[in-house]
Amino acid sequence: MTQTPVIQAQNLDLTFQTNDGPIHALKGVDLEIGKGEFVSFIGPSGCGKTTFLRVIAALEHPTGGTITVNGMTPDEARQKRAYGYVFQAAGLYPWRTIAGNIKLPLEIMGFSRAEQEERVKNVLQLVDLEGFGGKFPWQLSGGMQQRASIARALAFDADILLMDEPFGALDEIVRDHLNEQLLALWARTEKTIGFVTHSIPEAVYLSTKIVVMSPRPGRITDVIDSPLPRERPLDIRDTPEFLEVAHRVREGLRAGHAYD
Amino acid sequence: MSRALPVLTVVAAILALWYAAAVWMNATWTRDQAERAGVELSVSDILTDTMAQERPVLPAPHQVVTELWNTTARKKVTSKRSLVFHGWITLSATLLGFAIGTGAGILLAIGIVHNRAMDMSVMPWAIASQTIPILAIAPMIIVVLNSLGIQGLVPKAIISAYLSFFPVVVGMVKGLRSPDAMQLDLMRTYNASGRESFWKLRLPSSMPYLFTSLKIGIAASLVGAIVGELPTGAIRGLGARMLTGSYYGQTIQIWSALFAAAILAACLVGIVGVLQRVTLKRMGMDQ
Repeated sequence: MTQTPVIQAQNLDLTFQTNDGPIHALKGVDLEIGKGEFVSFIGPSGCGKTTFLRVIAALEHPTGGTITVNGMTPDEARQKRAYGYVFQAAGLYPWRTIAGNIKLPLEIMGFSRAEQEERVKNVLQLVDLEGFGGKFPWQLSGGMQQRASIARALAFDADILLMDEPFGALDEIVRDHLNEQLLALWARTEKTIGFVTHSIPEAVYLSTKIVVMSPRPGRITDVIDSPLPRERPLDIRDTPEFLEVAHRVREGLRAGHAYD
Repeated sequence: MSRALPVLTVVAAILALWYAAAVWMNATWTRDQAERAGVELSVSDILTDTMAQERPVLPAPHQVVTELWNTTARKKVTSKRSLVFHGWITLSATLLGFAIGTGAGILLAIGIVHNRAMDMSVMPWAIASQTIPILAIAPMIIVVLNSLGIQGLVPKAIISAYLSFFPVVVGMVKGLRSPDAMQLDLMRTYNASGRESFWKLRLPSSMPYLFTSLKIGIAASLVGAIVGELPTGAIRGLGARMLTGSYYGQTIQIWSALFAAAILAACLVGIVGVLQRVTLKRMGMDQ
């Protein structure tokens, strides 16, 4: 790769000290993520996929190894507002309208009022929620709320979008729809996306790179560069290439479980 | 109507019990009087008399209602015999005390949430302050403030604040801590300062807790203001009405002051409740 990677982790360790003794959440994690990639992290509970995302976001701090985000430490990157983070729950403030929720990071980051309005309009369009700016969160469905939370993460135009099982709580039909929209959004914005998921089809459908992880200690067992084209209609999931990648992911997950 | 029926049933039962108790408790005096006068009394004579004594042990409900009516609607509000006049004296102390108590409670809660040392040190004192009987501490507050030349409204308001700050502290600490880890993490990803997290997340999240505390706080404020009037030998205010009533055995006056205080408390709590509903509805938090 000629460009410097957006995210570079070398021999990353993270050990939580708990009352039941240390827990190795991450052990010897090496990974490079290039600009514009869509990287999925998949693995069973406790494999450290969310922890790794949180380390990138400087919400957790590694106990060993190095990690850089845009060539800086994660803390510096956070202070420079290098990423938008989408949590599993939409976490919209009930006392703010959808537009008000999207303005939240913009207010904190000191955008002018006119610019706030402009950006809210743009991201609402991006997540297909035009005309919903004046609604309150409880007036929207779960899927729409999650789209609003993605809009909130996109509003300040960070190059990196970190998503921690954003569609985990939604039903399959809504999820398919949102996956399709997310790909379209990624194509338009050319952001680098880190995406944590439990779902093999979701990971294969979305990603240019799939990172398979296994627990105790949390580590990477396989990194799969997807051969699928960037342009992906939903029915690509019935092609042999897709099934082959899915099969390899499944193998990787099984290998990680071999000895427990 | 289906909701009013059980309430009315309970009210009717209480009234019946009250009348029965009034007859039973006041009958002794009626019989003593009759014995001294050497008169034989029929049952209906006893019943009539126990309903209409001037200083009954337990005044009958209609006597209290009549007294309430006479001392509110039929007296000028500037008259020393008007319950409106006395109620206003107590209400002004209540409102000032409530404002002081709420302000102090919110400030303490902010300190407790943001400062570890305050978290460890203030809460035990706040709890200890509420274990001291207010009747014991009220005269001391009055005496100390009096020696500083402060009299009248302020000492009563301070006693009232002393009672009302506590529920506000407890509720606000819980409210300011109510945002979950995810919401706090979200603020961190924006690199938000503590001040921004406070204004944009913690304070709005605490509103339902604050209003619940305010309801308890305003009722406590009224109790504080009344208690503040008792040990001073005050001549104005609902507390003073109760006190003078007890000096002269004016039980009807005591009961009517009691009821005036209860009605006042209900109104105050009701007003806070309306504010709560309106505010939370506007904030989209009225579930």
